[in-house]
This record gives sequence, C-alpha cells and structure tokens, in this order.
Amino acid sequence: MFITPEGKEIFVVDGHTHFWDGSPENQRNIHGKQFIECFYAYHSALSPKEQLWAKDKFEKYSADDLYRDLFIEGPDDVAIIQTTVLKDFYKNGFGCIKRSTEMAQRSRERFIVNGSFDPRDGEKALEYIHFMKETYDIKGVKMYTAEWNGASKGWRLNDPEAYKCFELCEKLGIKNIHVHKGPTIIPLSKDAFDVHDVDYAATDFQGLNWIIEHCGLPRLDDFCWIAVQETNVYAGLAVALPFIHSRPRYFAEVISELLFWVGPDKILFGSDYGIWTPRWLVEKLWNFQIPADIAAERGVQLTDEIKEKILGLNAARLYDIDVTAKKKALAASPFSIAAE
Amino acid sequence: MGAAGLPSSRQAEVWRRLAEVNDPELDEPVTEMGFVERAEVTGDGSVEVDFRLPTYWCSPNFAFLMLDGVRKALDALSWQPAYRVKLHDHMFADEVNRGVEQGKAFGDIFAGLTADQDIGALRETFRMKAFKRRQEAVLVGLRKHGLTDREIVGMDLIALDVVRFEAGEADRQKPRYRAALLERFPARRADGPAFVTWDGADIPAGALGAYLAELRGVRINMEFNGALCRGLKQTRYKEVEVIDGEPTLVDFILDRVPERAAPGA
Repeated sequence: MFITPEGKEIFVVDGHTHFWDGSPENQRNIHGKQFIECFYAYHSALSPKEQLWAKDKFEKYSADDLYRDLFIEGPDDVAIIQTTVLKDFYKNGFGCIKRSTEMAQRSRERFIVNGSFDPRDGEKALEYIHFMKETYDIKGVKMYTAEWNGASKGWRLNDPEAYKCFELCEKLGIKNIHVHKGPTIIPLSKDAFDVHDVDYAATDFQGLNWIIEHCGLPRLDDFCWIAVQETNVYAGLAVALPFIHSRPRYFAEVISELLFWVGPDKILFGSDYGIWTPRWLVEKLWNFQIPADIAAERGVQLTDEIKEKILGLNAARLYDIDVTAKKKALAASPFSIAAE
Repeated sequence: MGAAGLPSSRQAEVWRRLAEVNDPELDEPVTEMGFVERAEVTGDGSVEVDFRLPTYWCSPNFAFLMLDGVRKALDALSWQPAYRVKLHDHMFADEVNRGVEQGKAFGDIFAGLTADQDIGALRETFRMKAFKRRQEAVLVGLRKHGLTDREIVGMDLIALDVVRFEAGEADRQKPRYRAALLERFPARRADGPAFVTWDGADIPAGALGAYLAELRGVRINMEFNGALCRGLKQTRYKEVEVIDGEPTLVDFILDRVPERAAPGA
C-alpha cells in the first residue's frame, strides 16, 4: 500500500518481480556468470546511489530480503513473480517455479507466481503446461524468446510450436502472457529487438492478454504501433521506469508516448525486483509530472487517477483481483517477518 | 596513451579515423561511447586496437558492424600499417575476431548459428534511423530558432548552411544530417530542398508537426539504447566515480576503487 502525501491509499500490484538464484554455485557456465553480471550492471547504472546492493546479495537474495523490500519497506500489496528459467545457463534455473512457490507460501495473499515454458520442447512443453496448471494453478507465464536451447539461440511468438502452447494456455485459462521484449541479445540476425511477432500472436489469440515487458523499449515506436491496433496488448514499465531517476525528462517522453498510443488502462507498473526495489520507483512515479512542453506535444496527462491505474488497478483487472476484498484480506493478515 | 617517441600525429590520425566509426544503433561515434579501450601505434608503426562493448550480450551483428567499420577506418590510415583489432569479453568474441581478421562477411562467420542473415538490410535500417534522428534534431532546432513550419520546409541547402545554432544538439547534428542527406541523395543540388523524408517525399508545412512526432519515436528508441549503453559501459568498466575528491561507499561496494596510498591532507 502506498500512502500519498494527502493520505490516500493506493493499491499497488508489482507486475514484474523475480526471486532468482544467480549465485556462482548455481551458474552452469560463463554465460550464467555474465548474465547476472549484466543484470548487476543495470542495477548499478540506473539505481540511486543509496539503493545499491553488494554483488553477493544481488546474486542471491533471501526470501526475507524480498518480503521486506517489496511489502514492508516497499509499497507492494501484491507481487507477480516471473519465472525466467535460462536452463542452459543455470543448474536449477535462474528462476524456478517450485522455489518461488515455496517462498510464496508465507503469504499466499500477496504473491502470484507465474510459470514459463519453452515451445521448442514440443510435446514436453505441452505436458509441462498441464503440469504447471495442475500443480500451481498458474494464471500467467513469462516468455523469454531470447532464451538459448541447445543450438537454438531464440524463438518467435508466432512459431507453429509456440502457437500450440498458446492454444493450450487459452484452453486452460492461463490468460496472461508476459513477454520479455526489451534490451536483449539475440537473435543474431536482423534486428535484435524485433517486436513484430507480438502482432501476429496478439491477433491470433484474442482471448489472451499480452503484456510486453519493458514495453519493447528499444523498439518503442514499433511496439506502440502494434499496441494501438491490438486491444489485448499491454505495456509493462519495468526498465523504463528507473529512468525517472537518472533521466526524468527522457522518462516523460516515454510515458507520454505510451499514454498517447497504448492508453492509461493498459500500462502496468513493474519494479523488476531485485534489479530495482519498488519503494523509490513508486514514490518517484507518484511525484512525477510530465513537463508542460512534452505533455502539450502529445496532448497527454499523467493524473493521479492514471497513476493509480498504472500502479495497481490495471494489473488487478488482468489477474481478477477484487481490490476491496484483497485490501480487507491483507489488513487481516499480519506481516510474517518483523520489520526492523 | 603511450607511444612516446613516435609521431603523435599518427596516434592522432588513428583516433580521428576511429571517431568516424559509429555505433550503428546509437548513431554515436564508438570513441565517444568509450568502446575503444585502447588504440596504439607500436614501435614498428603497426596499430593495435582493443574494443569492448557494454555487455557480454551485445548483439553480435552490431559488434560485427562496428568492427567492420574499425577495419575500414584502419585500412584508410595514411601509412597503411599492419593492424590487429580485438573484441574483448563478448559471447562471440572468438568468432567475431577470427572472422573480421579474415575479412569474412557476417553471414559466413555465423553461418553455423543462423539461417537468415541480411546484414545489408540491417545497415540500411540503421542508416534510415540515423537520418531521421539527425533530421529531427535540426528541425526542432529550427523551430526553436523561431522559423515557421512553412519557412523550414521551404529551405534549400544553401539556406540551411547559413543557419547558426547555439551549441547543443541541433548544432552538433547539422553537419551530420547534411552528410546523411547527401549520402542518401547524392545528386542533391545546393538549391534542392534541405528537408525531405527518407523516401524523398516533400514535407508539407501543415504536416510537419505529425512528421516530427514520427521522428520523435525514432529518437526515443535511440536515446534509450544510448543511455543504457553508457550506463552499462560505465559499470562494466568500473570507472571510479570520485565525489568531492573521495570515492564513496558505493565505489567500495562496487569494487571500483583502485589501490592507492591513503589520501593525504
């Protein structure tokens, strides 16, 4: 819960968080090492100085760290844990749905744990989707199209085998498909940040919600163009939001484009924890005003009402969270570790 | 640095040439981005260049384009030296280094890893983005300068050449835009229009606002990459950030404080 300076309670759903293990013990090879180092570089490059973590904490933080940073010191009411597996880089997975689900037991009201699958696994992927639904009752998945899988260095949302998986998701009611479309590395060819596969998948699967994490940022223009045509495409703010600290004017331009093209009902807050912690992000977003010249250029505003949607109400709608009931339930359940 | 005793003009020439190589995605010189970690003329006149990108994961096609640019820059040196270019700490460093050394095409280097290589089309995309970004900076600068949209779209190259901007983005991008325009339309005469779309179409005065909105999207993307790359590079290279003369706690956490004697009074 975020309390505004005027005393208003703002319901916060953190749409993009991780409970990862990037520690050396879990690294399978040099790629695993380099991957967490790259994340650490993001953390170091875009965080306010007083928010920086030591490297070993960043590699593997505890369940207590996460709980405290998100819910006690942080303003999150509900956090969506995304599972990024990277099994070619990490022995037990960088993210692991089993480990995250165990962690989430301490407060079932506060966590939504999403699954993940790799369509290149063919039949096995389909079996695994069934397994995740039956075992964890997942409501969503995180797709990482840049993931390596043996000789393959990536896949596309509109690959035929991916379509089989999405058909199954739709059938089973796994309706929120979070897609990493942001700064990344692969494919080797063409444009490494291409977002056009979203267009096909979103058109062909109208019953699914496509939440594009990092709003496809290196290709924001393409993404906006797609999002404006597809009613079921959403923008996740993770990675874009930290610029609010280092380059606020630039962030204003990004959020203005999103408000203009995608609209206030389809933008979702995400801290990308543990790359960033939610408290400073939410505080800065709440205090943020788009400079007049940029707002005028695009004819958009970032009102308190819109901020409230971005911070929680939009995600609540996607995940069928009854905000009033959830607030009541949370008020009735005490924090499970002591705040220091 | 270094290379004492050798003509420093050669050293300067190397850097000047390297500064002409752009990161294709950011449209910024690789030297300005800090990607050239070392460029040195050795005792026998040969040249060594060490190149490092912001992350291990930087897209290999971009890495290739830059190194290919470096190779061409070194080929153009006046004393035609032997040279060695090395990419460090990249997931495909070995493949790229070997390939560039042998003058191979990108598609040949990565033939085993990828089916659809069209680096030519990629180059063209980046040329277009650079054209648009530079053009936007100049157009915005002219509007700030007080010109009407009608006056702006009616300008020819001669008129553009006499404009003097204050120091800033428009000033920096004007010659770069001019170069991009002439590269795109080599037959353009000095009395030809200074502003057309990438496809060569005129821009009606009434449509300039909408056109600028389109260009803005291109800039926002490129700036995102640029800001991210600068931030990541800085972190990766562990540059010491000294505030008030002393490293901060953060510098110690990040292990970027070099060993040195305790600071004296």
